[in-house]
Amino acid sequence: MVAKRIIPCLDVHEGETVKGVNFVNLRVMGDPVEMGRMYSQQGADELVYLDISATIQGRGTFLSLVRRVADTLNIPFTVGGGISTADDASRLLDSGADKISLNSAALKDPTLIEKVAARYGSQFVVVAIDAKLLDNSWRVMRNGGRLSAHRELFEWAKEAQSRGAGEILFTSMDHDGTKMGFAVDTLAKLCNQLSIPVIASGGAGNSEHFSELFKKSGADAALAASVFHEGTIPIPTLKRYLESCGVPVRIIN
Amino acid sequence: MVSIIDYGTGNIFSLCNAVKRAGFDYAVTSDKDIITKSSHVILPGVGEASAVMKEIKKRGLDEVIKGLEIPVLGICIGMQVLCSYSEEGDTESLSVFPERVIKLRGDDIKIPHMGWNRVYSSGNLLFKGLDSGEWFYFVHSFAPEKGDSTISTTNYGVEFSSALNKENFYGTQFHPEKSGVAGERFLMNFLTMDTLK
Repeated sequence: MVAKRIIPCLDVHEGETVKGVNFVNLRVMGDPVEMGRMYSQQGADELVYLDISATIQGRGTFLSLVRRVADTLNIPFTVGGGISTADDASRLLDSGADKISLNSAALKDPTLIEKVAARYGSQFVVVAIDAKLLDNSWRVMRNGGRLSAHRELFEWAKEAQSRGAGEILFTSMDHDGTKMGFAVDTLAKLCNQLSIPVIASGGAGNSEHFSELFKKSGADAALAASVFHEGTIPIPTLKRYLESCGVPVRIIN
Repeated sequence: MVSIIDYGTGNIFSLCNAVKRAGFDYAVTSDKDIITKSSHVILPGVGEASAVMKEIKKRGLDEVIKGLEIPVLGICIGMQVLCSYSEEGDTESLSVFPERVIKLRGDDIKIPHMGWNRVYSSGNLLFKGLDSGEWFYFVHSFAPEKGDSTISTTNYGVEFSSALNKENFYGTQFHPEKSGVAGERFLMNFLTMDTLK
């Protein structure tokens, strides 16, 4: 039995961890390397670092940050944000990333998924999908949620899988930042339609939300940011709670 | 010094860092003299079986590896090439371990097997200080069958060998370098093994 994974997400802007609500109003949360080390010690199963820098200097800072994270961390980590070519992916792999997450660039050129998967294997490729419900249809958004990608969630997720994605990271923009719970029904449908692992993101507010997610949706992992960064839900407490609910989780003694 | 064998492929960054954090000097090398004179040898876990075997043979390392009398640890694909055969690429391997490597199969399992799973061990020195049932991190689609060299098992669709040992040769299907504190302890157990048998 594989453990359900708990994944803190660190949005990185110019070398600092930040957090915004619905992708706006950024607040500084701390040093990404130190936060990663702390989360690993607390029992996080994996980490995601997203580069949300808008400048070239920011991108350069991020690459050296990835090296420092790889130096420090003893659990796997994924990096994403601004990856637009297979060479970008190579640079991140060479800096020590275990996986990369593709979003807008894969929407622009879906063959990018195939290129990276062919070079480094599907286990290296996470496809991140941000979507929101419009007129009863889950519409995929790109460029940090600002623009419509003119794609539908389930159709795009299945295409990403068939092109070689190893995992799908689905963020419901309607739930992100609300702390009202994950998009459980949509995630259940997504998990049903895919044969690769699904990471759920957006909406975590309390431990019950995680338990509900795992019990009702079939999601393989849950990703959250502010509830961990702000200390609302300590990871050891969350994991003990999930274990008491019968969810298989990895507990550190 | 620890030799990490260079197959010329893939990313061994995290393994090098884990060895460094454990406080050991290492060289990433395919040089026979360096390998045979090192204290411990690690075959890292990147690549595909037939490609890795080809690289090992091209570098003339197949007989060198089989002849080593110091502690040797194969990780993931590094262990699989120490087995007798792999279904991946229909590959005849080094046959240090008699076990065969087969594709994971089972109802309702996702391939690759990716994430944290329990490792049930029984008293081998490599697992000193670790509980049977401890969690380790896996990323793989193939695994060795159970056999005489099995020192731990893991369940995923089927029960497979998650670690092997025969004489001075050890292997793990999981990635100790990615397995948190348990992985650090495991690597330390290997790296502090007595070189003189």
